[in-house]
Amino acid sequence: MVKPRTLVLTGYGINCDEETKFAFEYAGSDASIVHINDIIEEPGMLERFQIFAFPGGFSYGDDTGSGKALAGRIKNNLLEEMRRFSERDTLMLGICNGFQVMVNLGILPALDRKIGEAEAALIHNGSFRYQCRWVDLIVEKGTPSVFTRGIETLHIPVAHGEGNFYAPEKTLKDLERNKLVTMRYAGPGGGPAEGVFPYNPNGSAGDIASICDAGGRIMGMMPHPERGMFFTQRDDWTLLKERLTRRGEEVPAHSDGIAIFQNAVNYFA
Amino acid sequence: MKTARYRIEVYAKIADARCEAVRLKLSRQGFPVKTVFMSDNYLIDAEISPEMIEQAATLLVQPVVQGYLINTPYMPEEFTHAVEIGFLPGVTDNVAHTVRESISDLLKRELDMEKSVFTTVTYFFSGPISDGEIQSIGNELHNPLIQRMNILSRDEYRARSGMGRYIPLVDLHEKPSADVVDLETGEDELAVIAREGIANEDGSRRGPLALDMASMEVIRDYFRKESRNPTDIELESIAQTWSEHCKHTIFAAEIDGDGEGIFRSYIRRATETIRREKGDRDFCYSVFKDNSGGIEFDDDYIITDKVETHNSPSALDPFGGAITGIVGVNRDTIGFGLAAKPVANRYGFCFADPADETPLFRDRERSRRLLPPRRIMEGVIHGVNAGGNTSGIPTPQGFIYFDAGYKGKPLVFVGTVGIIPKTVGDRVSVEKSAVDGDHIVIVGGRVGRDGIHGATFSSEALSSGSPATAVQIGDPITQKKLSDALVKEARDLGLYHSITDNGAGGLSCSVAEMARECGGFRVDLEQVPLKYPGLSPWQIWVSESQERMTLSVPPEKLEPFIHLMTRRGVETAVIGKFTSSGRGEVMFHGEKVFDLDLFFLHEGLPQKKLSTRKPAAKAPAVPGFPEPSDMTSVMGEMMGRLNIAGFEFISTQYDHEVQAGSVIKPLQGAGKVNGNTSVFRPLLASKKGVVLSQGLYPSYSGIDPYRMAACSIDTAVRNAVAAGCSLDRLAILDNFCWCDSNNPERLWQLKEAARACYDTAVAYGTPYISGKDSMFNDFRGFDADGNEVYISIPPTLLISSIGVAEDAEMCQTMDFKVPGDIIYLVGLTGDECGGSEYHSLTGERTGEGPVTGGTVPSVECSANLAAYRALEKALREGLVSSSISLERGGLGVAAIKSALAGMRGFTLSLGAVPAAGKLRDDTLLFSESQGRVLAGVDPSKAGKFESLFAGIAFARVGEVAEGGVIRITGAGGENIVETTVDEMMERYRSCFRGF
Repeated sequence: MVKPRTLVLTGYGINCDEETKFAFEYAGSDASIVHINDIIEEPGMLERFQIFAFPGGFSYGDDTGSGKALAGRIKNNLLEEMRRFSERDTLMLGICNGFQVMVNLGILPALDRKIGEAEAALIHNGSFRYQCRWVDLIVEKGTPSVFTRGIETLHIPVAHGEGNFYAPEKTLKDLERNKLVTMRYAGPGGGPAEGVFPYNPNGSAGDIASICDAGGRIMGMMPHPERGMFFTQRDDWTLLKERLTRRGEEVPAHSDGIAIFQNAVNYFA
Repeated sequence: MKTARYRIEVYAKIADARCEAVRLKLSRQGFPVKTVFMSDNYLIDAEISPEMIEQAATLLVQPVVQGYLINTPYMPEEFTHAVEIGFLPGVTDNVAHTVRESISDLLKRELDMEKSVFTTVTYFFSGPISDGEIQSIGNELHNPLIQRMNILSRDEYRARSGMGRYIPLVDLHEKPSADVVDLETGEDELAVIAREGIANEDGSRRGPLALDMASMEVIRDYFRKESRNPTDIELESIAQTWSEHCKHTIFAAEIDGDGEGIFRSYIRRATETIRREKGDRDFCYSVFKDNSGGIEFDDDYIITDKVETHNSPSALDPFGGAITGIVGVNRDTIGFGLAAKPVANRYGFCFADPADETPLFRDRERSRRLLPPRRIMEGVIHGVNAGGNTSGIPTPQGFIYFDAGYKGKPLVFVGTVGIIPKTVGDRVSVEKSAVDGDHIVIVGGRVGRDGIHGATFSSEALSSGSPATAVQIGDPITQKKLSDALVKEARDLGLYHSITDNGAGGLSCSVAEMARECGGFRVDLEQVPLKYPGLSPWQIWVSESQERMTLSVPPEKLEPFIHLMTRRGVETAVIGKFTSSGRGEVMFHGEKVFDLDLFFLHEGLPQKKLSTRKPAAKAPAVPGFPEPSDMTSVMGEMMGRLNIAGFEFISTQYDHEVQAGSVIKPLQGAGKVNGNTSVFRPLLASKKGVVLSQGLYPSYSGIDPYRMAACSIDTAVRNAVAAGCSLDRLAILDNFCWCDSNNPERLWQLKEAARACYDTAVAYGTPYISGKDSMFNDFRGFDADGNEVYISIPPTLLISSIGVAEDAEMCQTMDFKVPGDIIYLVGLTGDECGGSEYHSLTGERTGEGPVTGGTVPSVECSANLAAYRALEKALREGLVSSSISLERGGLGVAAIKSALAGMRGFTLSLGAVPAAGKLRDDTLLFSESQGRVLAGVDPSKAGKFESLFAGIAFARVGEVAEGGVIRITGAGGENIVETTVDEMMERYRSCFRGF
């Protein structure tokens, strides 16, 4: 199999580029970190890639609202190129700040298929405080998302100040009807968190943690799968290890998050 | 008054969590605030057409949830008062910088960096708020040292059509040339120059040079030999270079006739001794000479560490001080060797009780109130949040500590760990040298008046003369851009010979410091990019404006270097050349304003001569109080104390997962209890982990400074080992924060602590790799009645530890995991409650004031070392199911923490505790004897575990329970503590619930 090539965006305060690259490579992709200014200088390079990743970070310090200024830079310089990229048989994944950029750009949810205008927003957490904590996620069945195939739940962390998914009533209904909500925050019982902090860490409508576009090739998520790809990244690994060893079972090397990247790579298999 | 052409106001169309947070905070403080609305305001002054400004506005709003108005004031339906808060002229406005960049990008043309965009925030309040109350609310929301405030009633706001379009331009008319300072004016005037600064033409003074008379005389004599007087820029530059902050004059001073001084005799000598003893097992790299210290991580990489303090600036502007501190210490990583990559931040905050609202003032007139402890605490915590999170560097490791002595000056410790390959291209990464003929290049932020006299200011006690220009606000994104461009690109392309940080003393220190490598420099000062015109040459030279690095770039690499930086959005300026002339020369518009012998600049400082005096022995206070009968409630009160309770609210607001290497996190177990140690993997492809911890016991200093230091080291070492660190690769860092350091009794305490630093580090084989001291943490001011107040911090030594765990997967957390596991206590418990948290609680409980005296724990290094070696082995062999090192609060607190983390109860028998003699139950529970670890062990592994500890003081003291019941029996066998995990959790979490 030819390794799909992943472009991991960097620049202006994006800061999860290295671990996102590592995750894609670990899953079998050939990944490169590319500065946004280099793409603006030579937009043709996008044609060489199959996967475009918007990593997490604090682009432009989130100074005017998370993801807004970086979305502005893309809007001012690369909008057409991004549209063309998405129209090919490619994948696009946005994590945390990357998701915020995609929503601001209108790449997601793109219900009206018009890139460039936001239809939803990721607003301040209900606690109005940055939250770095581990969450349980229910991965919705029957969504078109390529990234979540075969995954039922995820235990990975969030780390954001503005992850509260908001959209007008009609947009929310359209998202649900079209099965575009890919992940929801789960409560202690395994069902939806129903807005209860800290299970739903930000107050998101419908406990929404992740959405995809109608084609399923574009997904954005607030939680960080690359921060939950190894067993020792888990917040409960020392307990799990103790239980597994006493049962005489193997301690795994990986954890939930890696499956997102594997699904992306396998799409091109 | 200059006004902007456009004012864009952005408001929320839906409920805004920000407004609710402000309302809650103010309500909690008793203000009758019913509703809060806010607008973010952008003042834009540039030639932009009305059509284009509409487009620019769309870049600033999220159209789904926000709306905007241009040159029309936002008018929420309900408000009685509007309060606008903006910056004072010249204060860093990060949001404005981003907006300017966005608009420039839209217009495809540059806008003036400092004059085109400004931001403010307006709060709209409703409720039965009086004039006095709205003033107090405003005071709560802004800091007059950096911000301005405008309060309007609803009617005024309507009548004036909003807040107006005033923009805070910097308007400076400094003399654009250097002054000559006459030093031949007699001793008295020399003393005034040293203390208050060089005189301006109007008679005002420029702020402290903080030089002693001996130094002033040496300077005068130097210029006599040169047959002239110095220029102001020369004198300021010497003062910066010779400051306590830069030269550590007290640590370097001759002390009690020992010419080597404290640093060389105790700290550096400890490291030298250890390295010599380790021989080919030595793991140190570049200790005490670069911006950070380094140790070997593996065959190919070095990890670096540096811990700084930013106390004085944080006292004045807690947010600005803390963010500048954390972003500043990041540069000590970027400035290590050829540039290391920051991979983790540390923090440590010492505050006064946030509930203390008794006011203190800087001036006798009581017009300048000190920020209350709660404001300082909130601001400092938020500053490190903004700096660390925005930079994409995880902040896993830290602590908070409270004592009334920090009310005049908080301590803000900030540290950064970095990683760098041993070789970069064909170069050894820790070796760097500017070469004669290299260009002097500065990258990053521009120079303004901010941060002038930071180095000299922090070398003095905080008083009413403290300069406000010492306050700055860090800009993490500007730094992130330059960090990425250097560490991830320029370094590996070999585009520079040497690099260093612009920290204290600004260019005057960084250029002169690098020039030592080649022997001289010549700078054209007018080439330095300025934020605004009107700065004098001396100000440009010593300004500590942030986010700047200085590099030496060989001529053939200059063009590619500048090209790369430009493409990464990093501003670059070539300001001169390194030479081998032996002199430092500075030109300003062709005129020579500075011409000093480099050797004199660096080595001319006369050594101070200090002597110490042992304080007269006080009557040894024997703490006499009866043993409490209600030990369960004592236990609960201990868990809820400021120095023991959980601070989850800090841990969760600091991103500790970014970079994806986290292994042992700041919160451990399902119960999320704050651990004292964290572990992370800086290289995702490697199993090795970096272990970080620390120890400090300021409450011991007054009783026994030697033992205080020994305990701090023992704790920092033991915490790391208990988590899984290898003793063979464990190093430490020292941060002495002292007070009144000209006082011989304080110096005696300092020397005692330093003596323990040598003895203990050498015994453990843990070398010092870096350190920093801050010697004058005192406050002189006034209380509400105008009485003089003098507050000194308790002498505080922070020992930070950094080590390597061979296999991160063998590290362990504190949580009790499996019912039936045996609980072992390793180490001997003694009657060592002096200065303990238990004594401070007892003082409060009995109402008879603090319990003084008693014995501070002694550190038995050789016994401890045997126990730590055994523990290291037990962890490596997977025999330990929970591990917690005993700190403040002793055995009782450690056992409860393990229970809360695992959400499991336990039984514990004090009669089984290995003790030195027969001790009271409260002593067994709360003595802070060092060298102890509480470990859980699977019963099937107990035999193996016990055999490793043969000959070491240890015992089975309890068992992990199935449910949540906690039961502790006294030495006599009776139940003395009966409680549950839930009850203790409530106490542990309630302390900081309001934060």
